[in-house]
Amino acid sequence: MTRGVLPLTQPGLDHTGRARRRALGTLAAGALLLVVRPATATPEDLAVALHETFGDRPITPGKVTLELPRLAENGAVVPVTVVVDSPMTERDYVERIYLFAEKNPLPRILEVQLGPYSGRARISSRIRIGDSQQITAVAVLSDGTLWSAAMQVEITVAGCGL
Amino acid sequence: MRVPERAQRGSVIEIRAMVEHPMETGFRLNNVGKPIPRHIVESFTCQYDGREVFRAKLHPAVSTNPYFVFYTVATRSGELLFTWKDDQGGVATHLAQIEVTE
Repeated sequence: MTRGVLPLTQPGLDHTGRARRRALGTLAAGALLLVVRPATATPEDLAVALHETFGDRPITPGKVTLELPRLAENGAVVPVTVVVDSPMTERDYVERIYLFAEKNPLPRILEVQLGPYSGRARISSRIRIGDSQQITAVAVLSDGTLWSAAMQVEITVAGCGL
Repeated sequence: MRVPERAQRGSVIEIRAMVEHPMETGFRLNNVGKPIPRHIVESFTCQYDGREVFRAKLHPAVSTNPYFVFYTVATRSGELLFTWKDDQGGVATHLAQIEVTE
């Protein structure tokens, strides 16, 4: 079993008592959590991510249906469903589905692997959308072709921590 | 985790899976301005009777308490093993049984 361990900072260990009192003072002042949004990705970052993933292979709009709310009140939890028009047989199936964001801090959202054993080319999840933007789904079919769908989502309250 | 207890051989079953996890993005700062370290589930897999039938790679843009709905063809009675792994070595597994009838 592989273990992916990130270097961890240990909040509290390197604090002086003074910093801690200051911190408590800040807490008392009601500033519980400061959310700072880093510079968001750009459509160019999305283009780079797409190129890293798919190289120069053409991506054709079609075969993919992206179900997202047009207007999402809470960007921290946005339900998403991707459906691909595929018979999901041994000879003709969806291998992978990718979701990308053009304006989140990172363009990649998630990737899933399917196969003929899936029976149905449909997945659902819940994602963070940092700001009003276009979400893109790309499906890789067993014949090597790439298909996509994109949808603009308006966010009233930005995705928590994005 | 929601898996049908029984299914007919060859039918497509729906599987719903969720795990409790903060999915801390690594982009937030705490009250003293220090970055809150990233802590996310990076992978989720489902093995049916020892064979992988679903795999997801997650990035910080997957919401707190990751949730997936996916499908698989009921082939034979057996176990479904769900495995979630995070970027700090945390592993959560869940087993479900399915009875497949002719």
